[in-house]
Amino acid sequence: MKNRAKTLYLIPYSLWIALFVIFPILLVVYYSFIGLDGGFTLENYAKFFTPVYLRMTLSSFWYAFIVTALALLIAYPTAYLLTKTKHKQLWLLLIILPTWINLLLKAYAFIGIFGTYGAANAFLEVLGIGTKQILFTDFSFIFVATYIFIPFMLLPIYNSLEEMNQSYVDAARDLGASKWVTFRRVVLPLTIDGVKSGAQAVFIPALSLFMITRLIAGNRVITLGTAIEQHFLVTQDWGMGATIAVFLIIAMVLIMILTGRRK
Amino acid sequence: MNKLTRSLIIILIVSFGLLYLINRLNSAQGYSGDNTLTVYNWGDYIDSDLIDKFEEETGIKVIYQTFDSNEAMMTKIEQGGTSYDIAVPSEYAISKMKEDGLLHELDHAKIPNLQHIDSRFLDLSFDKGNKYSIPYFWGTVGIAYNTKMLPDMKFTSWNDLWSKELENQILLVDGAREVMGMGLNSLHYSLNDTNKDHLVEAKNKLDTLTPNIKAIVGDEIKMLLAQEEAAVGLVWSGDAADIMWENENIDYVVPKEGSNLWFDNMVIPKTAKNIDGAHQFINFMLDPENAAQNADYVGYSTPNSAALDILGEEVSSDERFYPSEELTSRLEVYNNLGKQMLAYYNELFLEFKMHKK
Amino acid sequence: MKKKFKLSNLYLILVFAILYAPIFYLMFYSFNAGGTMHNFDGFTLDWYKEVFADTRLLIIVLNTLVIALLSALISTVLGVFGALAIHEVKRRRTKNTLLSFNNILIVSPDVIIGASFLIMFTIIGIKLGFVSVLLSHIAFSVPIVVIMVLPKLQEMSPTLIDAARDLGASQWNVLTKVILPFITPGIFAGFFMALTYSLDDFAVTFFVTGNGFSTLSVEIYSMARQGISLTINALSTLLFLFTILLVIGYYFITQRSARPQKMGVRE
Repeated sequence: MKNRAKTLYLIPYSLWIALFVIFPILLVVYYSFIGLDGGFTLENYAKFFTPVYLRMTLSSFWYAFIVTALALLIAYPTAYLLTKTKHKQLWLLLIILPTWINLLLKAYAFIGIFGTYGAANAFLEVLGIGTKQILFTDFSFIFVATYIFIPFMLLPIYNSLEEMNQSYVDAARDLGASKWVTFRRVVLPLTIDGVKSGAQAVFIPALSLFMITRLIAGNRVITLGTAIEQHFLVTQDWGMGATIAVFLIIAMVLIMILTGRRK
Repeated sequence: MNKLTRSLIIILIVSFGLLYLINRLNSAQGYSGDNTLTVYNWGDYIDSDLIDKFEEETGIKVIYQTFDSNEAMMTKIEQGGTSYDIAVPSEYAISKMKEDGLLHELDHAKIPNLQHIDSRFLDLSFDKGNKYSIPYFWGTVGIAYNTKMLPDMKFTSWNDLWSKELENQILLVDGAREVMGMGLNSLHYSLNDTNKDHLVEAKNKLDTLTPNIKAIVGDEIKMLLAQEEAAVGLVWSGDAADIMWENENIDYVVPKEGSNLWFDNMVIPKTAKNIDGAHQFINFMLDPENAAQNADYVGYSTPNSAALDILGEEVSSDERFYPSEELTSRLEVYNNLGKQMLAYYNELFLEFKMHKK
Repeated sequence: MKKKFKLSNLYLILVFAILYAPIFYLMFYSFNAGGTMHNFDGFTLDWYKEVFADTRLLIIVLNTLVIALLSALISTVLGVFGALAIHEVKRRRTKNTLLSFNNILIVSPDVIIGASFLIMFTIIGIKLGFVSVLLSHIAFSVPIVVIMVLPKLQEMSPTLIDAARDLGASQWNVLTKVILPFITPGIFAGFFMALTYSLDDFAVTFFVTGNGFSTLSVEIYSMARQGISLTINALSTLLFLFTILLVIGYYFITQRSARPQKMGVRE
């Protein structure tokens, strides 16, 4: 009886996995061995281990790490405070709502805000700091990337905070633990899964951001995603694009192993 | 569970209601009929009044779709899932599409207005005898600069861009051939150079330009220059015309060392269904009146000499967009360099992008 | 205590302000007579008139909504199945493998998903357009639903199900009367995330669309190429206000109907 239900659940899901996950991955792996002339080659892999690509990989990891850390730093307290508000479901929806406005439009808005004559510089002017170049810098890139990912970090953390049994916190407080100790010893361990899935949901997409590296960072930041997009859409070197994608997939699996398993 | 079922039913009802509405709207617009013509063009690259006029004259309903790069367009046409009747690729894309057998041969008998095209722009290396393509617009690559922000700067040479005064003032268009071409031209090499030493030399020279470069961007370059976010930009002449339209302080120059000469051309892809309609469309666009109206709207240089006559002296004598014979002789069309060489260009361009200030 | 409360409110307000800043910026300039998102030259409603006059744009908006709703719905159903399947699997290795496969689409770059789907549709012979876009959106939304539902399932105590079974509930009854009500919040969260991903997607749609079918993000992309037209701002403003109304309406309706139930059952 129970087994039958299990297979019933598994069939549509496995079909989906086979068709939309495994098959595309096989295609990507296959293409990573295809050279420019259409023949089988290991050249793409050799190229990946040249300084240009290795440096790009390192710097993308670094940016992704900063973005994930910042998103976590901002999203965690926000999620925590949201769970304490009165109409929390409503507020949560309001946090998600901005993601429904097209990313490209928001990027254009940010170009306006960060531009030389934009709102941010007008504000700096008022403060007496004077006009600075904000657009096309590391700062603007990290800011906008973090902005994009906050909701995706916030949601799993919020969920895990919601699921947390409030009585543990009360018990800890009753036993005389300070707020900080309660947070570190009780709240954080109980919500660490939310943090992990949030980090997963942010880190790899941050590695593969592409549109805003051009729009906001003016191609001063090149991520693995930018390189993949270029190879697939501009230079038509699908083999090299697929090779970078293979490394992204490997990185992803590693990260999943690192952030999973412990339970 | 109740809540779930209810939500499910509501969503289904709403979705099918919307689908029904879409169908009604589509048929009201005539998009679902048989007599349609799918035009695949760059964004905002045609006067939409002309589409209306064409529809009125012929009774054919035009579906206008846009692409943002030759590569994206080729991918879509190669995939074959959509039947485009007209496409407007650039010259290097045409030689590639020809090789891949993606183009339909044109029937010149159905395009009498071909006679209006300036013979300078016919029978070019990428399509001998214009068997597959008819020029739509043409132009150059050059420097757009803001005369108000840089009152004392004169641009005549590519090397002027390396001037110390331009720190953090230059926007480059995100194209490997254009940027590498700038480096090559500044060293008096050919745009189509395949000597790897020359290419590395050009790339190293470009690296020294990094302090002056504010950003390497796509189409936003028009908006950014018009809004005076930066004073100088490496742009296509067509974009320059758009920017000058928005901001009168901008001027455009083709440097004396030479530059790129490009063409966008109308073709009929292999996937076309309405081949007769496609020929009608090409002929319609070549009509001097229509071509003049289109050139006036788009602001690019038209290859149609009869249309240029209609546009008048003021337009045709503007050397920025209709350069003199002498300068034209130093302009080069991009050759198809082959996949390996193109990959090498792209690799150098990527290295240049990653060069830190 | 009171002071801290205020400080935390301030923090929330700040976060909200930043999240909404670009949107209000867009809205503000939708009334700009000057035609750019740069200098405000005076108030106008012209852009709104243009939106309502453009049937093609309306069709595209409706397309986008239908794709979002249907793909979120179908992927939610598939995702719940998936989460149940993963939950039921007892072997750690199998479970982890399934989870890894699940997460691959979440973390794959859009371009890869788009490009590989494009190749796949070509091989299978699916015509590009509504169906290919819908299938792709379903495909990349499923894992998100799984991720949103799974924690709820894990949190559910096994004794609850055992108890229900001991009381003679059938498999179907256990599912519909015990499990699904318990994970309903997760299902809704999953649905909304799927909706979000679908509305937000550009790259995948860009690859797999064709035959005149277009969604808003693809259309915005091609419009944005020639310097943004404020029609898009006006349209976004309208859509945004519409969704806000919808969300608030939805919230208060569910609040009202949930209250008596809550009193009876949960507390």
